[in-house]
Amino acid sequence: SQYYRRIMDDSGDRFPIGMRVLAVDDDPTCLLVLETLLRRCQYHVTTTSQARTALTMLRENKDKFDLVISDVHMPDMDGFKLLELVGLEMDLPVIMLSAYGDTKLVMKGISHGACDYLLKPVRLEELKNIWQHVIRKKKSDPKEKNKASKPDKTTSDSGSGLRSAGTENTDENGKLTKKRKDQDEDEDEDKENGNENEDPSAQKKPRVVWSVELHRKFVAAVNQLGIDKAVPKKILDMMNVENITRENKYRLYLKRISCVANQQASMVAALGSADQSYLRMGGSGHFHNNAFRSFSPNGIIGNLNTPTGLNGHGFSPSGLLQLGQSQSFNNSSNDQLKFQSTITPVNQNILQGMPMSIGFDHLQNNSKGVFPVQNLNTDVKPTFPIPNKFPDQRPKVAISSSHPPSLGISNNGLMLETHPEGKHGGIGIGYGSSSSSVASQHSEFSFSMLDQGRHSDNWSSVVPLSGIQTNSFPSSECFRQTAIPPSDNMASLPLQSGYPGGSLADNMASLPLQAGYPGGSLADVHSQVGYPGNLPFQGWEDRNQDATYHSNVTCGSINSLAPVNGAVVPPGRTTTNSPLHTKFCDPMQMKQAGFAEFTECSSSRQPRANIVSQQRFSNNLGSLEYLASSMMEQEQDKMKLLGGDFICDSYSGGVSL
Amino acid sequence: MDRNNSRRQLAAMKQSLFDQGHLDEQFIQLEELQDDANPNFVEEIVTLYYRDSSRLISSLEQTLERNPLDFNKLDTIMHQFKGSSSSIGAKKVKAESTLIREYCRTGNAEGCRKSFQQMKKEYVALRKRLENYFQLARQAGPMDRASRPK
Repeated sequence: SQYYRRIMDDSGDRFPIGMRVLAVDDDPTCLLVLETLLRRCQYHVTTTSQARTALTMLRENKDKFDLVISDVHMPDMDGFKLLELVGLEMDLPVIMLSAYGDTKLVMKGISHGACDYLLKPVRLEELKNIWQHVIRKKKSDPKEKNKASKPDKTTSDSGSGLRSAGTENTDENGKLTKKRKDQDEDEDEDKENGNENEDPSAQKKPRVVWSVELHRKFVAAVNQLGIDKAVPKKILDMMNVENITRENKYRLYLKRISCVANQQASMVAALGSADQSYLRMGGSGHFHNNAFRSFSPNGIIGNLNTPTGLNGHGFSPSGLLQLGQSQSFNNSSNDQLKFQSTITPVNQNILQGMPMSIGFDHLQNNSKGVFPVQNLNTDVKPTFPIPNKFPDQRPKVAISSSHPPSLGISNNGLMLETHPEGKHGGIGIGYGSSSSSVASQHSEFSFSMLDQGRHSDNWSSVVPLSGIQTNSFPSSECFRQTAIPPSDNMASLPLQSGYPGGSLADNMASLPLQAGYPGGSLADVHSQVGYPGNLPFQGWEDRNQDATYHSNVTCGSINSLAPVNGAVVPPGRTTTNSPLHTKFCDPMQMKQAGFAEFTECSSSRQPRANIVSQQRFSNNLGSLEYLASSMMEQEQDKMKLLGGDFICDSYSGGVSL
Repeated sequence: MDRNNSRRQLAAMKQSLFDQGHLDEQFIQLEELQDDANPNFVEEIVTLYYRDSSRLISSLEQTLERNPLDFNKLDTIMHQFKGSSSSIGAKKVKAESTLIREYCRTGNAEGCRKSFQQMKKEYVALRKRLENYFQLARQAGPMDRASRPK
C-alpha cells in the first residue's frame, strides 16, 4: 500500500517523462496537434508522415522508441499493416488513431495487435495514459524470460511452452479438447500435463520470433488445412519451420489475442454492465467516439484510478469504464465476451479458422457478435468450448502485456455493437465457436497476467498497475509509478471490494478481492489499477490468476461488461449461485477453466469491478460456464481444434485480411 | 482601451462561434496548448489545416464529378478530411463529413454531392470567421487563457 500511496500522492502526472513516442500520420494538421499534445505530456516525440519512414526508423533501432501511435489510413501503407509489422517485428505497443471509430475498424485494430484505438481528435487525457501500455508490455517481456521455471506463468516463454506442448499434445491426442489444451498447455503446463514444464531447466527454448514470414506461413497453413483440420501440429508441419512449436505460436498469438480479447472483453464487459449506457453509446454514431474515449485504455486506465469506478459503484457507463479499466477486467471482459458470444449462437464461422481479422470483420457484419468472442476466450478447458484455455490461468504476464488491452476501448465500442446478440462474440478471433478456442488463447494470455482464477483472491494480479515497475521503463526514469508491489493485490481488487452487490455482487462478494482487499485505499489501488496491469508480473508471480491483469486493461473494461446478455454469470466463485452457473457448466469445470473468472459473466451482473475480480477467481465459472455451454454445443470441437491455432490465424489477420 | 475592446470583441466572437455550433471542445483544447512557448499555436494549426485541406477539397470535388461515383475513394478522402477537421474543432464541417460517409456507405451519390456542397459552404465560412478572429486576436495582444464559452 505504500506504493499506492506513492502513486496517489504523486502530484502530477503519473506517466513517465521522456517516454519515446513515434507518431505517424499523413495528415499534417493532425500530426502537429498530436505532436503538441504528446509534448505537453512530456514525452519525447518523433513524428513522420510516412508509414514507411516510420518502419525504417523502427527497424534501425527498436530500442529507440517505447511506443508508436499511428493513423489507420495512410497513403503509402495501410495503418493496420504497419501495426502488424511493428507488433511482430518490434513488439512495441502500438496505438491506432482514426477519425472513424466503427467497431469494425476497432476490431481490426485489435486483431492486428493494437493496444489501443483512439478516435480523433485525440485528447490530452487519453494521451496521458498511454505510457501504461508500455509498462504493460515491458512487464511481460522481461518476465517471460525470467520465469523460466514457470512457463505458464510467464506468458511468454515461448520455449518453455514448447517443450511440454509437444508432449502434451500427444498425450491427449484424439481429444477434442486437445486443441484447446494446446493453448492451455502452455499455460497450464504445470497444471495439467506439464510436469516437464515445471522443470526449470527444461524451459527456455530459444524464442522463436514470430515474423511476418512465419505468420504468413501460418496463415497459409491454416487456410490450407481448413479450420477443422488446422491443428497446431499440422500447421507446424506445413509451415515446416523448426523451432516453432505450437506453444510458441499460441503464446504469441494468445498474447496478442488476449490483449485484443482483453480489450474486447473489457469493452464487452463494460458494455455488458452498462447495457444501457452502451446501448446508448452504440446507438449513436458517436458511440464509438464516446466509447472509445471512455474506454480507451487511457480512459479506462484512468478510470481505474477513480476509486468509484473500482468500487463498482459506478455501474453507470462511466463506472463501467472504470471497471473495465481495472486490468483485471481484462480477463473478465474476455470472459464476458465469450460469454456474450455464447449467448448467441456461436458462429461456426468464427472458428472456421477465420483469422482473427476475419473474425472481426465477420463480426462486424453481424454487428453483434463482435464482442462476445472475447469472452469466449476464457475457455473452459475441459468442457467448455470456450476457448479460454485458461484453465491454468497461469499468470502469463507476458501475454497480456504484449498488447495492452487498451484496445479495450475499442472493444467497448465494439461491445456495444456486438451485444450479446452478436453471435460471434466479437472479435474476430473467431469468437464464434472458434472463439472459444481463441478465447482460450486469450484467456491464457490475459490471464497469465491476471493469474487466472487461481487466486480468486489474487486480485493482486490486477495490481499490476501499481506494480508497474518503473524500472522496466527504460527511458523514463520519471515513471512516477513505482512498481507497486504485487502484493497489493487488492489494488486490482478494488473493483471488487467496492462492489456492493450488483448482480455480480453475489459472486463478487465471494470474491476474495473484496474481502481481501487489504484495506489499502481503493484509491490507491485505483491508481494502481489504472495501469492496465502491465504489472501483471507482480501479481503473476504467484500464478495468481489475476485475471484482472489479464485485462491488460482492456480486459478490465470487459470485465465490467458484465454480461451484456445478462446471462453472464458472475464469474465469481459463486458461480453456483448464479442461475447461470447452474445452467451451464459444471462449476467445477469452470474452475478448471479458470477463465471462468474472467468470464465476464460475473461481470455482467456485477458492476464492472466485479468482473474484474471475477477474473481473478478462477471460479468465474459462472460466466464461463455460460459461455461454455453455449459454445460447447457447437463450437466445442471446433474450438478445440482451432484453439490456439485458430487464434493465431485470426490474429495474424493475414488470412482474413 | 482599445485592447480591452478588442478582447471583449474577441470573446464575443468566440462565444458566437461556439453557440452557433461551428466550433467544439477541440478548439478549446488547442487554446489550452497555446502558451508562451507557443503563443500562436491555434492560428498556426488552423492555417495549416486550411492549407492542407484545400487539396483534399479539390480531390473531393474531382471525385464527385465522376460518374459513376467512386464511393470508396470518396470515403477514403473523407476519412482524412474528417480527421483533419476534427483536429481543429470544426464541428459543422465534421458533422457534414460524417453524413457524407454515411452516404458513401449506402451508395447515395446524390446525398454525397449535396452534403459536400453544404460542407464546403461551412468550411469556407468558418475560414473567414477564423481569419477575422485571429486578426482581432493579434490586435488584442497575447491571448488570455483559453476560456470556455458559456
